[in-house]
Amino acid sequence: MQLPYDEERLGVLLRLLRPAPEAWVRAAQELPGARRTLDEIVARAEADLAFRTALIADLERALVAEGYEPDRRFLNEIRDRLTEN
Amino acid sequence: MSPYPSLSDAELVRHCRAGDADAWNELVERYSRYVFAIAVRGFHLSKEDAEDVFQDIFTRIYTRLDSLRDDSALRPWIAQLTRRRCLDQLASRGRELQVDEVLVEEESTDLTEVEEAFTVREALLGLPAACQDILDRFFTRDQSYKTISDELEIPSGTIASRIARCLRRLREEIEGRNEASEGSRE
Repeated sequence: MQLPYDEERLGVLLRLLRPAPEAWVRAAQELPGARRTLDEIVARAEADLAFRTALIADLERALVAEGYEPDRRFLNEIRDRLTEN
Repeated sequence: MSPYPSLSDAELVRHCRAGDADAWNELVERYSRYVFAIAVRGFHLSKEDAEDVFQDIFTRIYTRLDSLRDDSALRPWIAQLTRRRCLDQLASRGRELQVDEVLVEEESTDLTEVEEAFTVREALLGLPAACQDILDRFFTRDQSYKTISDELEIPSGTIASRIARCLRRLREEIEGRNEASEGSRE
């Protein structure tokens, strides 16, 4: 580590760690809830053939019809999980 | 006042594993700037790519926390995950030929500085709240003296001296930590 620190150097280092966009941070903090929702959808798709068929036919529309508000990442993950199963 | 900011990384990890939502919020808060800086400053990713990396890294942290062998090694683990993911992102954009150049160049400069900046930020969190606030506003949120003066309701003519005083305290905090660290090794 470079020592001693003068004011200019401290300023440079403080500026390096700028806050991430608030929406990104919020989405990351909401991950546990999103994961639970995802698990519920996959579990339901395994138990309910009609729901699974609707998801495979048009994933986004089927989820919106069920009251979900899926974003791109959520859709990709569900798609991957359905493919795995 | 929340107890979480004062928890060590190892304690925070244990709380997260137990499903404590507030602990998870603190983990994201503590490391969001770090992951963002590695992606944007270390690997110069576009905003779109950086967002993909950012969300993916926190998903990996959340889903793989059980695989972390040493709970106190959270920071190097996150750094490693983020660096690998950034390289994957670059490769997926067809920039494979540049990856080695990025590694050689950035490992020696920007990424090292991000690590140093994180250490300085940890020291910043040891300062009184008023110092943390004014330094954060001026250096990382780019607020002008006038904005700081208006929002904190303090005379604008005193902002520069307050910043200088807080920087001195920050330097003392860093030096105190370094001495304590050296003392504990002896």
